[in-house]
This record gives sequence, structure tokens and C-alpha cells, in this order.
Amino acid sequence: MKKVRYIWTLVLLMVFTSGFASAGTSHEEGEVDVNELVFGHINDAYSWHIVSIGDTHVTIPLPVIVKSSTGWHVFSSEKLNEGEYEGLYIAEGGAYDGKIVERNAAGEEVRPLDISITKNVLALIINSAILVWIILGCARWYKKHPVENGAPKGGVGMIESLVLMVYNDVIKACIGPDYQKYAPYLLTAFFFVLVNNLMGLIPFFPGGANVTGNIAITLVLALFTFFFTNAFATKEYWKEVFWPEVPVWLKAPIPMMPVIEFFGLFTKPFALMIRLFANIMAGHAAILSLLAIIFITVKIGPLINGTMTFVSVAFGIFMTALEVLVAFIQAYVFTMLSAVFIGLSRVKEKEEKE
Amino acid sequence: MGLLTPDPGLLFWMVVVFGIVFFLLAKFGFPVIIKMVDDRKTYIDNSLKAAREANAQLANVKAEGEKILTQAREEQARILKSATETRDKIIRDAQDKARLEGERLMEEMKKQIETEKESAIRDIRRQVALISVGVAEKVIRTKLADGKEQTELISRLVDEMVESSK
Repeated sequence: MKKVRYIWTLVLLMVFTSGFASAGTSHEEGEVDVNELVFGHINDAYSWHIVSIGDTHVTIPLPVIVKSSTGWHVFSSEKLNEGEYEGLYIAEGGAYDGKIVERNAAGEEVRPLDISITKNVLALIINSAILVWIILGCARWYKKHPVENGAPKGGVGMIESLVLMVYNDVIKACIGPDYQKYAPYLLTAFFFVLVNNLMGLIPFFPGGANVTGNIAITLVLALFTFFFTNAFATKEYWKEVFWPEVPVWLKAPIPMMPVIEFFGLFTKPFALMIRLFANIMAGHAAILSLLAIIFITVKIGPLINGTMTFVSVAFGIFMTALEVLVAFIQAYVFTMLSAVFIGLSRVKEKEEKE
Repeated sequence: MGLLTPDPGLLFWMVVVFGIVFFLLAKFGFPVIIKMVDDRKTYIDNSLKAAREANAQLANVKAEGEKILTQAREEQARILKSATETRDKIIRDAQDKARLEGERLMEEMKKQIETEKESAIRDIRRQVALISVGVAEKVIRTKLADGKEQTELISRLVDEMVESSK
């Protein structure tokens, strides 16, 4: 019991320090363009930059798929390196900084319909493929091994214990009676977030993309939770939203409580969206900022640079380890809160209470 | 910086990719795993139950065996006891019978001996009487030549008779 408390204290400490670390980074902009370094990573890109050795940039060009005013355009993002291509170019500054834009008749920059396979999309596809491969691999293991042979070992056993942990401790505990209907979605969400979080922490090619730290990704996840929460909600749930059990003057003639409750429907998934996005984004930003210290201090002198390099690497290791924990915790929290929201939408009439 | 504005392209791909992943995993992934785990749980439960039953049966068999053994032992003791009793009884009966028979034989013997004795005595008596009579005859025949002596004899005889009848 004491040990658990120590661990939690440590975790909380880590979370706070990580908060300070991410808050502090914005002031550490030196001659090296830390802003570009950090946000260049955090934001999406049309090509996947792997490494630069001297002046050679090792980059994977990705397909650009755009429907502009002149119709569909599909080409490699390499073509954009030289500037405009087929009337399209990457905007610098302005509202659409870093995105593909075209000029309309009035000469203003406008965004065409852009469904390019960007860095995040490719990472998303790779991570999803890995996820599907892992889970279907486990499922295949079960098909090959009859029940009598006992429980799996190794990787399959690990995935199984994770599945069971989420299934028993989160889904079953939070939703209540008809949890089975929601189990596939919640398990998918958990593993999806977990795999994407962890892949984001691998610093080289197949990983390293800031997928779950992108608001579009978390928005879709939150929308799925919103759908599963409200699509199968009980009558009692809607009654509690529009006619909650509060003094009448709170809901008529001015429907104060119903309005609040109604907004609650949207704030819940909104919180899910922001929480996951901010946590992962801040984690990436913190690690990058810490490592940027090395390059900022180069100009100050070798002694300080050496010391700071040591400090930065030490903190970097600490932050990365912390982020591994956060990757799991955020996946867990996302799943748990989704389960709780779904559980709330499954309220039955309180016959037992009265 | 468009950090908080979701990019439509990424949104589109996320919906597509997550939709596919969700479909695949929800259809072929998690239900299989969960079903197998449930099946395994049922299997383990059943195995445990069967083991418990087997154990109980084994214990039962043991108890049954013990019971049968005890019964057999009791039966054995009972049979031995009854055999002993029967033997003793037979022996006692035989003894009794033998004694009775002996007694009976003895009695018969005695009776026979008695009878024999009596008949022998009677015989002897008769013989003695005959012999006495013969002797008396002879004596008388020799002695009765003389009248006086006859009278004396008679009177002596009468005396004797009187005396003996007293």
C-alpha cells in the first residue's frame, strides 16, 4: 500500500515537472530556431524528413492529393521543393502556413481540398497496420491453439493481459450490464491510442510522428466516443439531460439546467480530445526542447555546452521514460473516460433507490 | 499556427483509417481474443469441477473400500465366533450325549447284572433246594428207618420252622 502511494507521488511529481518543462520551453528560443525545430516536428508535413547530414537531407517524399479549382492533382511532394507546381505551392506564413495553397482569381491564398498522404497520414497508416498485425496475429494464435493447451506466453500473453485489463477493469467496471456491445470500440480505441503514442516516441523513421498529438486525430476519436455515448443512450439519460431532477425554477421557464446538461454532452468528448492532444503534443515538445538545449548552448562555449549536453541528455532520457508512462496512461485514461461516459448514458430508471 | 485547427485532409484519412482498423479489430480481433479467454475460463472452471468430483469420488471409493474391509473383518470375526460356538456346542452336545449314553448303558448293565444276579441266585437257590431236597431225601431215606428218630426229626424240624418263622 505504501509503495503504491510512493509510486503515485512520483507519477504526480513527474506530471507536474513535465508541465513546468513544457511551459518553460517557449522562453528558450535562441539563435537556433527552436520554434521551427519543435513545431516543425509537431506539425504535419508533406514529406517525411528523416535526417540531415551536412547539406544532404534524407527525406521520404509523400504523395500529394489535391482537388484544386483546376481539378485533381496527384504528384510527389518532391515537386514542391522547387516552388510552385501545377499552380500549387506551400504557403509560408499567413493563415495556411505550411499547407498547400493556390491563388484564386482575386490573388488571395485559398486552400484546395487537400487529402494528401502527409507525414501524419503515413504514420497513421503504418501504426494502424502494426496494430492490426499485432491484434490479428494474437487472434490467429488463438485459432491455432485449442483451449486445452492453456494460456499464451510471450507477446500474445502480454497483449492478452492488456486486453483483459482494459476489458475487466475498465469496460466491465465502468459501463455496467451491457458492456459487451461497447467492448470492441473501447479496446480498439485503447490499443489505437497506445500504439500511436508509443510509435511517436521512437525517434526514427517508422515512428516519431506526432500522430496522437494532432488535434484532427483526437477529434475523430472523441467523435467516435460521442457517437457511441449518445447513439445507444437510454431514455433516462435523455430525461436527465433535458428534464433533470432539480428544483423546477432551474429548468423552467428559463431552461438553465437543461442548457448546461446539453452543453455537457459536448464538453465531455471535447475534454477527451484536448486532453490526449495536449498531453502527447506537450510531451513531444518537451523532449525536443530539452534536446534543443544542446544546440542552443553551442555558442556559449564548450564547457557550458558540455555540461548542458549532459543535463539535456539526462533530462531527455527522463522525459522519454516519462512519456512511455504517459503514452500508456493517456490511452488508459481515454478508454476509461469513454467507458465512463458510455456508462453514464446507460443509466436505468432508479427504481431501487426510491 | 494551426495547432488547434484540425486539418481536413488528416481528418478524412483518420476517419477512413480508424474506421478500417475498428472494423477489422472489432470483427476479427478482439471478439476472438475475448471469446477464447472466456472459453478458457469455462474450460478451467469445468476442469476444476471435474477434478473436484474425481477427488470426491476417489475419497468415496476409499471410504467404500474401507467400509467393505471393515464389514468383511466383522463378518470374519462373526463367522469365527459362530464357528467356535458351533464347535463348542457340538462338542458339548456330543459330550452330553456320550455321558447320557454311558449312563444309560451303565444302567442297563446294572439292570442286566441285577437280573443276571437274581436269576443266578434263583438258580442257585433252586439248585440248593434241589440238592437239599436230594440230600434230605437221601438223609431221610437212611435215617427214617427208625420210628423214633422219625419223630425226633419231625419235631426238630417243626421247631426249627417255628424258630425261623419267629
